[in-house]
Amino acid sequence: MPKTVAKDFRIEWLQILDEHGNCDQSLRPPLPDEQIRVLYENLVFARAFDEKAFKLQREGRLGTYASIFGQEAAQVASAFALQPDDWMFPSFREPGASFVRGLPPQMIFQYWAGDERGSKIPEGQNDFPITIPVGTQIPIGAGAAWGAKLRGDKIAVLVYLGDGATSKGDFHEGFNLAGVFSLPVVFFCQNNQWAISVPLKRQTAAHTLAQKAIAYDFPGIQVDGNDVFAVYKATHEALARARSGGGPTFIEAVTFRIGDHTTADDASRYRSKEIVEEWKRKDPIHRLIRYMISQGLWNEDYGQQTLANARERVEAAVKEFEAVAPPKAKDMFRFTFAEMTEELREQMEALLRGNGRVH
Amino acid sequence: MAKLTVVEAINQALRQAMTRDDRVIVLGEDVGKNGGVFRVTQGLLDQFGENRVIDTPLSESAIIGASIGLAVYGLRPIPELQFEGFAFGAMEQLVAHASRIRNRSRGRYQCPMVVRIPYGGGIHAPEHHSESNEAYFVHTPGLKVVVPSTPYEAKGLLLAAIQDPDPVIFMEPKKIYRSVREEVPEEEYTIPLGEARVVMEGDNVSLIAWGAMLHVALEGARLMADRGINCEVLDLRTLSPLDTDAIIESVRKTHRAVIVHEAQRSCGLAAEIAARINEKALLDLEAPVQRVTGFDTVMPLPKLEKQYLPDARRVADAIDQVMSA
Repeated sequence: MPKTVAKDFRIEWLQILDEHGNCDQSLRPPLPDEQIRVLYENLVFARAFDEKAFKLQREGRLGTYASIFGQEAAQVASAFALQPDDWMFPSFREPGASFVRGLPPQMIFQYWAGDERGSKIPEGQNDFPITIPVGTQIPIGAGAAWGAKLRGDKIAVLVYLGDGATSKGDFHEGFNLAGVFSLPVVFFCQNNQWAISVPLKRQTAAHTLAQKAIAYDFPGIQVDGNDVFAVYKATHEALARARSGGGPTFIEAVTFRIGDHTTADDASRYRSKEIVEEWKRKDPIHRLIRYMISQGLWNEDYGQQTLANARERVEAAVKEFEAVAPPKAKDMFRFTFAEMTEELREQMEALLRGNGRVH
Repeated sequence: MAKLTVVEAINQALRQAMTRDDRVIVLGEDVGKNGGVFRVTQGLLDQFGENRVIDTPLSESAIIGASIGLAVYGLRPIPELQFEGFAFGAMEQLVAHASRIRNRSRGRYQCPMVVRIPYGGGIHAPEHHSESNEAYFVHTPGLKVVVPSTPYEAKGLLLAAIQDPDPVIFMEPKKIYRSVREEVPEEEYTIPLGEARVVMEGDNVSLIAWGAMLHVALEGARLMADRGINCEVLDLRTLSPLDTDAIIESVRKTHRAVIVHEAQRSCGLAAEIAARINEKALLDLEAPVQRVTGFDTVMPLPKLEKQYLPDARRVADAIDQVMSA
């Protein structure tokens, strides 16, 4: 008997706005001009925040910080597709997405300055705090999506991850669960091509990351992660499908980490200047500006004003976070359990007495 | 009043919790159609349907990870990890997230779930099916750890655990799943977490145990009673938080303590209990605290498990030692 094809697969690549600012209008999502400006302003703000965070770290005013330089479009445009009732699960490199969701920027400063209160997401904002262990947020986000499905809530969950996470067990366990139960979740990978010093080629032999969704029988798509329109369109469609019972989607946004892994890293040890320069030419903000100029949506004055506004907001956030009184020693005990245990109370009281001993 | 086994008592508790609160769902490997490999969840699928009794893929990290998401979303998941040896696959989710989400979010989110884990030796099971890994969980801030020792205890503790706002690791001693039968009230009742109980009063030595080992401790106590030594037997019931007051109160009365557990000795829970006795009642002691435990070896396969597990004779030897000090 001849062999037949059991199932055929393919992975789509989506780019709408190329690095020169050329736009395929037939594919462009129907965002009104005003929304395109808001998108742009969010990108500028994310970058201004990132620049300031880097400086604050170098000045010793912030602890370790993970830069988003070059990845602004991937996170801003994806979060832009969320509805307020949707849920969002970040990894640790998505402040751009968190700001779109409404997180006060001083909280991200506060978090990276070592104050747990930066993780207390404001009531009404359905976002998880930053998750550091790579990929572990994937099954948790799938679980929240499961909760929504079981309750009949017409919402979707957006889970962020990086390329390194695709090598972890939780990636596969979470994807598998989402596929089996057809959960309303969108997994969004910022493939910035580097997991600290390990390049994508050492992370996987797969031609794309998007194709990993095939194994779990839901759509995987690869998009230009520095293209706001492609990111927005893919995420918007995937979230809409999730909300209407169409199940999960995996979006691989191909981008590049222009900066170091974190402020504790020195990327010049393991990668060339040339490749960084090559990716700087694909900058997500510059190409959007070119497009906006072509549409009469951008001029020098507006550009200057947007940057000035962004920097002003960032400076205000710095002032706010630095004005916050340091946490109290007892704060480390308060949230271990709903009600403090006897043992913890004893330990806390010993610390508060000032001798640090338990007796 | 009906006489139930531990399995039947847990099943009844699950039914009652699910009837009372539609946020409660059960999920795990083989918990639905098969009713669980120990039949603990038998009949639940028929009664509550497949949206509340869910057979999952063979995927421990996803079972616990998804349960965290479900709990944060507002449900009350009761995931089952089929055997304690497979809990390690879910350890990162338990240690990195379930136990910490309240703290990390400064109370914005909580993780009320009960992770049921059949555990412990004495049932002639293969490797990874007979261990006692409670200390890993007790060592993790933010997790509560509960071990029932009888059918009555199992029902009351489980109903309390399901109502608890924090993640609870509920470890079910397989050895006594069906070997103990006792009267269990049909109506719902709870046994507060964090409170030990005195099972047998005595004034010569405090015997401290939990789970299946409670019965070994009681057997040891009966051997000693024949020789005129009165043991006070304490069932800890909750291992985190520990009822330190109950332990200290008993030791102050008897001046001697023997702690019995199945788990390997080093850094086992007996070490922590002995340390607390030292901190709070050292001068009340008339003998060094003794431990009767498993050994610092891998839990052996069935042919040797009898030698590994504490028995009444070893408990009696330890009591002899503290009595003759």
